[in-house]
Amino acid sequence: MVASAIGALSARLSGLAMPAAGWSLPARRDAALRLEGMGLPGRRDEYWRFTRPDAFNAETAPAAKVLESDEAPLFSGIDRLRVVFVDGVFDADQSDPLDMAGLEIDLLADVADRDSHWAEGVYGILEARGQDPVARPHAALNTAHAVDGVLIRATGKAAKPVAIHHYRSSETADAVLHHVVRVEAGADVTVLETGPAAARFNKVMEVDVADGGAFHHVRGQGRDHERRAATHIFARLGEASTFKSCTVTMNGIMTRNECVIELTGGGAAAHVAGAALGDGDFHHDDTVFVIHGAERCESRQVFKKVLRNGAVGVFQGKILVKDGAQKTDGYQISQSLLLDGDSQFLAKPELEIYADDVRCSHGSTTGAIDEDALFYLRSRGVGKSEAQDLLVLSFLADVIDEIEDERLAGDIVGRLETWLSRRRG
Amino acid sequence: MLEIKDLRVSLEEEGKRILNGVDLTVEAGMVHAVMGPNGSGKSTLSYVLSGRGGYEVTGGTATLEGADILGMEPEERAAAGLFLAFQYPVEIPGVGNMSFLRTALNAQRKSRGEEEVSAAEFLKVIRAKAARLDIDADMLKRPVNVGFSGGEKKRNEILQMAVLEPKMCILDETDSGLDVDAMKLVAGGVNELRGAGRAFLVITHYQRLLDHIRPDVVHIMVDGRIVKTGGPDLAVAVEKNGYADILAEAG
Repeated sequence: MVASAIGALSARLSGLAMPAAGWSLPARRDAALRLEGMGLPGRRDEYWRFTRPDAFNAETAPAAKVLESDEAPLFSGIDRLRVVFVDGVFDADQSDPLDMAGLEIDLLADVADRDSHWAEGVYGILEARGQDPVARPHAALNTAHAVDGVLIRATGKAAKPVAIHHYRSSETADAVLHHVVRVEAGADVTVLETGPAAARFNKVMEVDVADGGAFHHVRGQGRDHERRAATHIFARLGEASTFKSCTVTMNGIMTRNECVIELTGGGAAAHVAGAALGDGDFHHDDTVFVIHGAERCESRQVFKKVLRNGAVGVFQGKILVKDGAQKTDGYQISQSLLLDGDSQFLAKPELEIYADDVRCSHGSTTGAIDEDALFYLRSRGVGKSEAQDLLVLSFLADVIDEIEDERLAGDIVGRLETWLSRRRG
Repeated sequence: MLEIKDLRVSLEEEGKRILNGVDLTVEAGMVHAVMGPNGSGKSTLSYVLSGRGGYEVTGGTATLEGADILGMEPEERAAAGLFLAFQYPVEIPGVGNMSFLRTALNAQRKSRGEEEVSAAEFLKVIRAKAARLDIDADMLKRPVNVGFSGGEKKRNEILQMAVLEPKMCILDETDSGLDVDAMKLVAGGVNELRGAGRAFLVITHYQRLLDHIRPDVVHIMVDGRIVKTGGPDLAVAVEKNGYADILAEAG
């Protein structure tokens, strides 16, 4: 690295620490070394051309106003085990006891000084695997310096979802959290996430699903307009396992959601979906890598963006089929609905295939509201703006369909409706 | 009910003239049919009356119970009692058929200053009306027109009409793409709605629909104008001889 890059990295790392000992230390040191090797991302990096990494690289978090809202948190009506963080700091008072049949739950900070922990086999391991072939420096930074996080091990079918609520109260909080989920063979767990988290949020979630296991993930990223988030999901799937993740984002000056999924066992299925709605100063980037490393696996990437008033949406998605991953069934769709002429959608869909008996397809579209559909709804008496909102929900339906649980899907749709109605002219 | 006087319409983009002075009056309780060769302007008439964009009215008037509808938004025309059964009903993924219809009904009622219909009340009404059109619970739950067959789409249009209870119903080539059984079902639905307070304008290519929905008056439209008006016999004559005689007569 050149001197300026070294200076930038050491400035970014100022104030970040590591535990003095404990099971996570080797992984943290390894990540720190890797980070030193790769440096912070720059505009010339292939996967940072559409999104400026500056705010993520900066020494301190840019200030972000905290949204005052009397809206109940997402998933409030769902029976769940709550784990609450405020500005990236665990809040025991607002959380439920970390105890549920079929699950082992710990906080990373609580168990950091132990000599061993089951999470040792996952923490930083999947993140490190996910650095190839594309470097993800902020994920390495996270592994090295994460302050806290939730460690969830599912050994059976969890009775209810674990909901991680990321609230915020400070205008300048800079949070680094690292969650680890291990789904044992045949086990089944749902993890929910919601909230704006911090002024700047760096989050990694590693998900290791053993043979026949199932992981479901539904995430809502809080409405605070000025917040920034760089998140990573790294998943590894065993034989005949299932991974389903759906993220809905409304507002956010800067969001980069990366997802790296590795299908390592035959017959596994990975679905990753995202809906992003932005109005004005909004930049949302979904960067997804799905790696087929075994036969007969299925993957789905479904990403949709609704943009207005100069909002920017980015989608970079790859299906990588390794040599020998025969009978792969891969699908990717990225679409944007531009509600005016000022907004922008940038898409980089990629297929890279080294097996000869596969079915892979991808598509990307950008469009405006369908005038025929709008007229049809209005001709039945529905007012123009309400009809437009219905068509926005119609556009997002494929993403919502990726949420299996109807109550969770209903909760998300309710939020979308409210977001749209607030903007009704 | 509906009074159209010297209506002249061009395509907004190309300036191409499509309607060249249509005069047509449909009284309450009556069923009027409009027939005509391809490109005569029949569908344009239905779109212009219901407020679709892309057309420019260059002259004439259209009133519904005395109110000028040409200046209204499409949703205002619907609330005023106008309904267009589409030739090609649009698919709306992700929006449930039943919830859309309740949204539409309540939007209309609200704009007329009437009370909204509760979900339970609505369910009762729609179930009864759907059953008569052979529309099952599954079709009501599915997204609007998505995966519907041609016949199902047309029956769904008639269901919307039955629920929204408009005063002036325009049917744009409702028979296109229907087999005989589906046409009977659709015609039966329309006939049930016939009554003193409601009028119909049935646009069609063929006389066969008019065997099932008996019109009181038949108009022949050619080149953007009504060139001949008569009773049900006129439709029979057209079916038998084509439009050649009428075209020759109209010059």
